[in-house]
Amino acid sequence: MSLVDVTGLRVEFGALRAVDGLSFRLEEGAALALVGESGSGKSTVASALLGLHRGTGARVEGSVEVAGTDVQRASDEELRRLRGGRAAMVFQDPLSSLDPYYAIGDQIAEVYRVHARASRRAARARAVEVLDRVGIPDAARRSRSRPHEFSGGMRQRALIAMALACEPRLLIADEPTTALDVTVQAQVLDLLHTLREETGMGLLLVTHDVGVAAESVDEVLVMRHGRAVEHGPVADVLGAPAEPYTRELLAAVPRLDAPRKASTDPAEVVMEATGLRREFGRGKRAVTAVDDVSLTLRRGETLGIVGESGSGKTTLGRMLVGLLEPTAGSLGFDGRPHTGVNPAVQMVFQDPVSSLNPRRSVGESIADPLRARGERQEGRIRERVEELLERVGLEAGHYDRYPHEFSGGQRQRVGIARALAADPRVIVCDEPVSALDVTTQAHVVALLGELQRELGLALVFVAHDLAVVRQVSDRVAVMRRGRIVEEGPVEEVYESPRDPYTRQLLAAVPALDPEAAARRRARRRELAAA
Amino acid sequence: MNGFTGFVLRRTVAAVATLLAISVIVYVVFYATPGNVAQITCGPRCSPEQVHQVARQLNLDDPLFVRYGHFLQGLVAGQDYSTGTSVQHCTAPCLGMSYQSDQQVTQLILAKLPVSLSLVGGAMVIWLVLGVGTGVLSAWRRGRFSERVLTGITLAGTATPVFVIGLVLMIVVCGELQLLPFPQYVALGDDPEQWAWNLLLPWLSLALIEAAAFARLTRASMLETLAEDHIRTFRAYGVGERSIVGRHALRGAFAPVIALNANNVGSAIGGAVLTETLFGLPGIGQELVHAVNVVDLPVVVGMVLVIGFFVVLANAVADVLYAVADRRVVLT
Repeated sequence: MSLVDVTGLRVEFGALRAVDGLSFRLEEGAALALVGESGSGKSTVASALLGLHRGTGARVEGSVEVAGTDVQRASDEELRRLRGGRAAMVFQDPLSSLDPYYAIGDQIAEVYRVHARASRRAARARAVEVLDRVGIPDAARRSRSRPHEFSGGMRQRALIAMALACEPRLLIADEPTTALDVTVQAQVLDLLHTLREETGMGLLLVTHDVGVAAESVDEVLVMRHGRAVEHGPVADVLGAPAEPYTRELLAAVPRLDAPRKASTDPAEVVMEATGLRREFGRGKRAVTAVDDVSLTLRRGETLGIVGESGSGKTTLGRMLVGLLEPTAGSLGFDGRPHTGVNPAVQMVFQDPVSSLNPRRSVGESIADPLRARGERQEGRIRERVEELLERVGLEAGHYDRYPHEFSGGQRQRVGIARALAADPRVIVCDEPVSALDVTTQAHVVALLGELQRELGLALVFVAHDLAVVRQVSDRVAVMRRGRIVEEGPVEEVYESPRDPYTRQLLAAVPALDPEAAARRRARRRELAAA
Repeated sequence: MNGFTGFVLRRTVAAVATLLAISVIVYVVFYATPGNVAQITCGPRCSPEQVHQVARQLNLDDPLFVRYGHFLQGLVAGQDYSTGTSVQHCTAPCLGMSYQSDQQVTQLILAKLPVSLSLVGGAMVIWLVLGVGTGVLSAWRRGRFSERVLTGITLAGTATPVFVIGLVLMIVVCGELQLLPFPQYVALGDDPEQWAWNLLLPWLSLALIEAAAFARLTRASMLETLAEDHIRTFRAYGVGERSIVGRHALRGAFAPVIALNANNVGSAIGGAVLTETLFGLPGIGQELVHAVNVVDLPVVVGMVLVIGFFVVLANAVADVLYAVADRRVVLT
C-alpha cells in the first residue's frame, strides 16, 4: 500500500474549484514535489492530505488515503491521530506558524503529548532531543526561548523538529523555505535531505520554486488550475519537459547559467553616493543598517544590489530615493550634491498590494506624482496617466479601476507606471518581482528592460534573488551587514567571486538540475566545513 | 538604567509629571472660572463684609499661581490653616481644607476611599470572571445557537443602565425574595462577612455592565487569534479544540483585556457615582459630585488628583502584566 494515495481529488471553495480531479501516489520513503504558481491548488492539496478542510466550508470529493487512514471517511478522532502522528506538516512562515506566547520546547512537547503517552517531563526531554536533532545549538537552553527569540532559519528548524517529534511516516512541507534567505534555505533543504536519509520518511514538498524541488525530491508533479500538467521523475520533468506549460515555467525561472544581455557601454554618471551611513535608534541601542557605502550609477545601466535580509539593501535604496536621510555621507545627482526627495529618482516597491492605496483608483495613484509636480489640468493628467498605463502594458480604461481588481503582476505594472509619471532618470526597484510568480516575474523584468532602453533610465535593482539580479544587471554589489563586500561587473562577480560571502551565496542558489544540486550540496558541506 | 527597576523609576517620574499636569489643569479650570466662590461658600444671606472676610480667610484674594504654590507646599510639607477661631495643622500630603466643613481634604478622601476600593475591587473580580468567561464560551461556540444567546445577553447588559439593573436587583433580591437585607455599607475591617454580603448587589450591578464589554473584547480577540497561522499549526498536529481555544487562543486575548481592565478600574474608582448613589455607598464618586455641586474646590481638586493617581497606577500595573503575558513586550 502506498503512503499517500489520492484519487480524483476535487476541492471547491464556493464557486471556485481549487483542485480539479487530481490523482497521485507516493510510496513509503519517497519524495514528491507539487510545483505550481500561485492559485494552482498545490497548498490546497497539502491541506487535504491532513483533512484540514474539514469544517471550513470547502467541498472535498474523491479519495485521499494517507498512511493507512482514509482521510475522507475517518472520524475526527482518527484524523487527530493521523495529524502530527503519522503525517506531519511544516508551514511556510515559521514565525506566524508558532504560538508567540509559549516557549518553543513547550509547544513541541504539547504536540508530542497529544500522540504519545508521555509525562510532561518526558515530552519536554523529547522536545530537546528533536531540537538538537535539527541542529539547534544548545537545545536544552534554547527550548525555553519563545519564537521571536529565534532567527528565521532556527524557527523553521524548530517547526521541522515539531514535525519529527512523533516520528511521522510522511512529512508534508508547504513552501518550507520561501520566507528564508538563500543560504538559510540551503541549510534547511540540506537538513530535510539528511533527515529523509536517516528516518526513511516520505516527503511531500509543495513549492513554487522549481529549484527547491530539484534539490529535494525524486518526483515532480507540475500543477496548473488545480490539475496535473506533468508528472514524472524529477530529472525527466525538469530536464526534458514534455508539456508546453512546463517548458514555459522552466524558461521563466531565472538561472545562474542562463545567457544574459550584453552589458551597456559606460555612459555619463547620473548619481553618486559617497560614504552613505544610516543608523537607527540612539545610544547603546543604535543599529547601523548601512555603513560607508559608496557607489556610482550611470545613465542606461542597471546596478544590482544583492544581499540577505537585514543586509541593509532596502535602507540603502530608500536613502538613494531620499525617503530616508543618511546619518552620514552624501548623494550627488548630475554632479551636484543633492539632499531630500528628488523627483528624478523614483521607487518601485516590493509589495504591489500594500504600496497602492486600496481606496483610490489606480489612475489616481499614478496621477499623484503629476499633481505633486503642480499639474492642475485634469484633462492633461488623465491623458498622461492613460498613456503611462498603456506604456506598462495595461489599458487606458484601467484608470478608474481599483487595486483589488488587478493581479499581482498588473499591480506591479501600476507601481512602475506611477514611478514613470514623474519622468525620472533613475528608478530604484526594491525587490520588485519577489512577490510574483516566475512567469509574471519574467514579464515584469522584461518590461523594466524595455523601459530602460527606451528612456535611457538608470536602474537600481535591489533583490535577494541572485539569479534575477544576474539576469537584469550590468554591475552588481553584494551587501552584508550594511557594507558592500564586493562590487563589479556581473560576469566578474558571478564567475569569479573574490569575497568568501559571495561564494557562499552563490553556492546556496538552488540548481534546476538534480545532479548539479547534489554537487552543490557537497560543495556547501565543504564551504561549511572550511 | 535598565530592567524592571528602571521601568518603575521612569514610570514614577512620568506619573508624578502627569499628576502635576492634572493638578494645574484642574486648578485653572475650577479656580479661574467666573463665579464668586466666596459668595457661594458663605451662602446667599451673607453680607458683602462677610463675603469679603470669607474670601480673605480662604486666600481667594491671592493670585492664582500663589495659591497653587501654597497647594503644592501643603502637598509636600503640610500647612497650617486658620478656621477663624483656631489654627489647624494639616500634615503632608495635605490637599487643603474643605470650604464647607472645615475638614481636611486628605482625611475626607481617606474616609471615602475604602468604600470605592471595596466596590471596584469586588466588581472587578466579577466582571473579569463573567466577561472573560462569556467571551471564551462564545468564541468556542461561535456561530451556534448558544453563542447567539450569549451575545444577546451581553448586548442587553451593555444597553441597560446601571440604575435599572441595580434597582431591579434590589427590588427582586431584597424586596420580593428577601434573600438579602437592603445594602448598607459595612467596613471590611469591622465585619468581613457583612462587608461582602452588603456589597454583593452593588458589585453585581456594576460588574454586569462592564462584563459585557469584556465579553465582546475577549470574543473578538480570540476569534482573531483563532484565524492566525499558529492555530492552524496546532490543528494540523492533532491538538484538540479544547486545548486550542483554552490555551492558545485565550492567551491572545490577555493583552487587550488587561488594557481595558486598567482603564475601567481607574475610572470606576471615581466614576461609579450611579452605583454608589443607588446603594447609598459613601464613596469617592458621590462625594465628588457633592463637592462640585457646592463648589467645594479643594475637595474637587483633591479627589480628581486621587482618581488620576489610580488611573495612572492601574495603567502602570497593566504595563507590567502586559510584559509578563507577552515576552515580546519590552518595558521602557
